[in-house]
Amino acid sequence: MEQIQLKKVDIIFGWDEKVTPIDVYDKTVKKTADSIILDMIDSGLKGRGGAGFPTGLKWKFTRNEDSDAKYVICNADEGEPGTFKDREILDKVPEKVFAGMAICGYVIGAREGYIYLRGEYNFLLKGLQKKIDLFNKQLAERKANFAIYLRSGSGAYVCGEESALFESMEGKRGEPRNKPPYPTVAGYNSKPTVINNVETLVYTCEICRMGSERFKSLGTFDSRGSKVFSVSGDTPTPGIYELELGMPLKDFVEEFADGDAKAVQIGGASGHCVPRKKFNETIIGFEGIPTGGSMMIFNSTRSMYNVLHDYLEFFTEESCGQCTPCRVGCQQLLKGIEAVKKGEKSPSYLEDMKKLTLTMKIAAKCGLGQSVANPFISIVDNFKEEIIY
Amino acid sequence: MEVYMTNTENLVHELVEKHGRDRNALMPILQGVVATEKYLSEEVMIMIAKELDLSAADVYGTASFYTFLDTVPRGKNIIRICKTISCHMRNKDEIIGVLEDQLKIKVGETTHDKKFTLLTANCLGWCHKGPVMLVNDEVFPEVTPQKAIEIVEEYMKKTN
Repeated sequence: MEQIQLKKVDIIFGWDEKVTPIDVYDKTVKKTADSIILDMIDSGLKGRGGAGFPTGLKWKFTRNEDSDAKYVICNADEGEPGTFKDREILDKVPEKVFAGMAICGYVIGAREGYIYLRGEYNFLLKGLQKKIDLFNKQLAERKANFAIYLRSGSGAYVCGEESALFESMEGKRGEPRNKPPYPTVAGYNSKPTVINNVETLVYTCEICRMGSERFKSLGTFDSRGSKVFSVSGDTPTPGIYELELGMPLKDFVEEFADGDAKAVQIGGASGHCVPRKKFNETIIGFEGIPTGGSMMIFNSTRSMYNVLHDYLEFFTEESCGQCTPCRVGCQQLLKGIEAVKKGEKSPSYLEDMKKLTLTMKIAAKCGLGQSVANPFISIVDNFKEEIIY
Repeated sequence: MEVYMTNTENLVHELVEKHGRDRNALMPILQGVVATEKYLSEEVMIMIAKELDLSAADVYGTASFYTFLDTVPRGKNIIRICKTISCHMRNKDEIIGVLEDQLKIKVGETTHDKKFTLLTANCLGWCHKGPVMLVNDEVFPEVTPQKAIEIVEEYMKKTN
């Protein structure tokens, strides 16, 4: 047996009675905003929602903007198939999220913070609101000029895209905006806005607690720190695990799969499918395949045609319909693989569809349409027989 | 002279008082109506448009974008079964099948007594504990066909 190299850590869900999140806030706001930003940049923390933008830079850009109002938004519109970690974080340790938001508010000069919670998680609303009220009270006692508010979504995957989320909060259809301007310049209410994923905000709080050096010592050069993974599919141990980044997929499969894994979908429906023959060479992290945390394992009893069909159906339904490449592209891809399966189209049509996804990658307005190429090409290339026959 | 107000008008007034007349208040107001009435009727949308000084088309435009903001009548209880990949792999079809039999409707339909609407939904975020169903805002992970039937029976008793 080879040594399994997965390094489990307990940062996100760990709780220290002696130094609670509000204590971390107290300790941190004694420092200058610039030194907190330097800490964040030094830690190497990148966004944990999937896109991986350096968090410290995001805070810095927003701080540098001159504006009468700025906002901190916690993106809790966790909709990527195979991801369920943010729900668990908001259920178990929401105070850490609040502290991260309040620290960010202090750094960029915002008075308001919002948590945008997906409608599918409405059962969390009541409990969360109580905890927010308590936290806001604690902030008020400290004369901190910051308060947190809760907003909920209504079942639209695309609202996890940051600019679509702003549109939704502004009472509009959740259609992504053109970029630039980026949120750091014009986000919610067209004001400079930091929008961070739930997990990212917890890490900002934890970096303030333990220092950037310790965070940096975890993971690899390109992927600093740890990450919460949502493990599902054909595994005897589905669930939520926090692991150091930059591990080989092979080790992950040895730990979590049922011994018969033929593919792992990394990063959810919009992520990449890695077949068994590439388990050895694949690294999970920014130097390999980055992920918002979704790890779905498929064993040899699964039809990859069904998997791809499910994904395309998902994108077809969740495409906001605003831009043609995504709206029509998703529909045509779904129809296309059905036609190839039925033999109405020749297998070479798959190549045409691959080209279509590459067009979508360039021409679609937001990440939804742009990323359909990831699952499509990786599944079609690696499991062609299953798609055709 | 006393002004006669329907329940719905009262509800809209209450929500507007609570959330304000700003466009940013539109989503919470629409969500508040759906929480009580399960869907947004034409009249309600026109009422909200007047209150917020928006066009009715604007309000309908927003409402019609969101899966959870229905603009067609729904039952008192809305059942949503996750149909995305991991719940698919864990036999969500079986759950849908027994509920269709129990309620004598197909997915997308509402029972004659208006007590239940049966729908499917995209990933509900319980991939490690599928199959999962939502009844209104309440979540039921790891449902079996038997459990699903019992859950619906409980709601039948609770709903007049």
